Amino acid sequence: MLREGEFRNPSGCAISGIFARDGERLSGGTIAESIAVMHERSNGLGGGFAGYGIYPEYPDEYALHIFYDTPAARETCERFLERHFDIVNLSKIPTRKVKSITGEPLIWRYFCRPLAVKLAESQLDEGEFTMRSVMRVNSEISGAYVFSSGRNMGVFKAVGYPEDVAEFYRLEEYRGYGWTAHGRYPTNTPGWWGGSHPFALLEYSVVHNGEISSYDANRRTIEMYGYRCTLKTDTEVITCIFDYLHRRLGMTLTEIAEIIAAPFWSAIEDRDAAERARLTYLRTAFSGLNITGPFSILAGFDGGMMALNDRLKLRSMVVAEKNERVYMASEEAAIRAVCPDAENIHAPAGGEPVILRLKGEKDHA
Amino acid sequence: MKIDGNGMHFQALNDKIRTSPDRDIEVVHLLGQRYIASGLSGKNLTLRGTPGNALGSYLDGGAIEVFGNAQDGLGDTMNDGEIIVHGRCGDAAGYAMRGGRILIEGDVGYRAGIHMKAYRDKVPVLVVGGRAGSFLGEYQAGGLILVLGLGSSEPPVGDFCASGMHGGAICLRTKTLPKLPAQVNVHLATAEDMAKIQPHLAAYEKAFAVSPSALSGEYFVLTPSTANPYRQLYTLN
Repeated sequence: MLREGEFRNPSGCAISGIFARDGERLSGGTIAESIAVMHERSNGLGGGFAGYGIYPEYPDEYALHIFYDTPAARETCERFLERHFDIVNLSKIPTRKVKSITGEPLIWRYFCRPLAVKLAESQLDEGEFTMRSVMRVNSEISGAYVFSSGRNMGVFKAVGYPEDVAEFYRLEEYRGYGWTAHGRYPTNTPGWWGGSHPFALLEYSVVHNGEISSYDANRRTIEMYGYRCTLKTDTEVITCIFDYLHRRLGMTLTEIAEIIAAPFWSAIEDRDAAERARLTYLRTAFSGLNITGPFSILAGFDGGMMALNDRLKLRSMVVAEKNERVYMASEEAAIRAVCPDAENIHAPAGGEPVILRLKGEKDHA
Repeated sequence: MKIDGNGMHFQALNDKIRTSPDRDIEVVHLLGQRYIASGLSGKNLTLRGTPGNALGSYLDGGAIEVFGNAQDGLGDTMNDGEIIVHGRCGDAAGYAMRGGRILIEGDVGYRAGIHMKAYRDKVPVLVVGGRAGSFLGEYQAGGLILVLGLGSSEPPVGDFCASGMHGGAICLRTKTLPKLPAQVNVHLATAEDMAKIQPHLAAYEKAFAVSPSALSGEYFVLTPSTANPYRQLYTLN
């Protein structure tokens, strides 16, 4: 089969997200119902979901979701995991047969924590240790691919239409306070399981509609900091950027929006002196992480979610609310499908982030 | 004829509308069905729910009234007829519109009326009751865009309004003008300008049951500055 870089296919994609600010755990069936409305935006070459708050019984363990091409790849990967992690639980991820979903890899899930001795030896914190381990598996163990690695969250993705992917993974059996979904219409890469969205690293996940023209500038920048982009896909690099800026550098989500969807110089000139200096610093110091080209993204993270459009708003995004729930989608219809009486329907401006958090949680300043 | 759009695929729905012998058709429970009334003429549609993208694209006559919000690409390349939206509208409404009229009760997204054009008796009109997003009337070549700014902060348009404009007019009901490109002239509407927009204001008042006093205030008219405003901008011409 053709892999990344050998294939081109034009346009599309759909995204949808639901977030319960009060922490109410919503069934994965709801987000599946929402994304299904935008069936025409994808072409069956990728669909997926990220759920937050779905593994409360393992709050401190990293949930590694891994695709294996062969049993041999699983053995190699498990030997690696056993050397570095204390595996509390492992199992196949439950699936059901769906006619349109074929060629599935072996799909396994591990709840684990870095081994204390290894962690102390590495002089890293748990997050950095786990992130580096994920990078090692994905770039060094042939036939193994970690597609989800956060705590109390998980990604479920496949080649197929999103509603079929939800059926395949029995998504309605999971409950979480935040969900994102993606229907894929791959542009520059073939559809394969790992290349479907969401892309995830630790608790960060991204679904994306668009095509970023700064991909290689972003990739070269982020790879300087120990990230390895193995899939030639723009969304993968956006996920790494979130992890780098938010977890490693401790920047706020607003600052991240100002870096990746940086305001135009002409807009910066119109600000007062202090703002001008701050925004000039962000644009200059992080120029390699400015994402150009059309995008609308939903980024999930521990305890929250962020919606963001490119500064020219070249992709659609609608946001609505109902009580403590917030809905975000490429089309209003996808919101109405699961919340017919949604209120305050609006479209955020290009580069204007919508940042959602569970009540009582704050972004680190 | 009344059609229940609940769960209906857009192709089946559009076939049903197109092949119906009735002139008046009502569709209820719409949820994202695309391309409704694309290229259609001579029918009066009443739509309830949330119709999908490209509603009334290439519309060539007749009328569409939406009780709900419209999504992206409303009236794309529309040639004739009228679309009335009782609600808000997504991005790129009236894209490359070449005739007919669109009335939107509330706000409209980015890129409304871009590439609008006019030819002889074909003069498209886009009326936005609320606020318009950035790039309103970008590359406008003809026709009229009217923004009323009801319930909007000032100015009632986003950034880069009228950039690349080289024909037609944009009329803003506002006290504060947005930043405008050097190639665009602006003046307070004259009695002659007001006479031109009056029929469209009246249509808005009628469609959305708004009193004329609600639309009083100052109107500014934006027009391109010369016959060749972009001389030497891109090439040494």
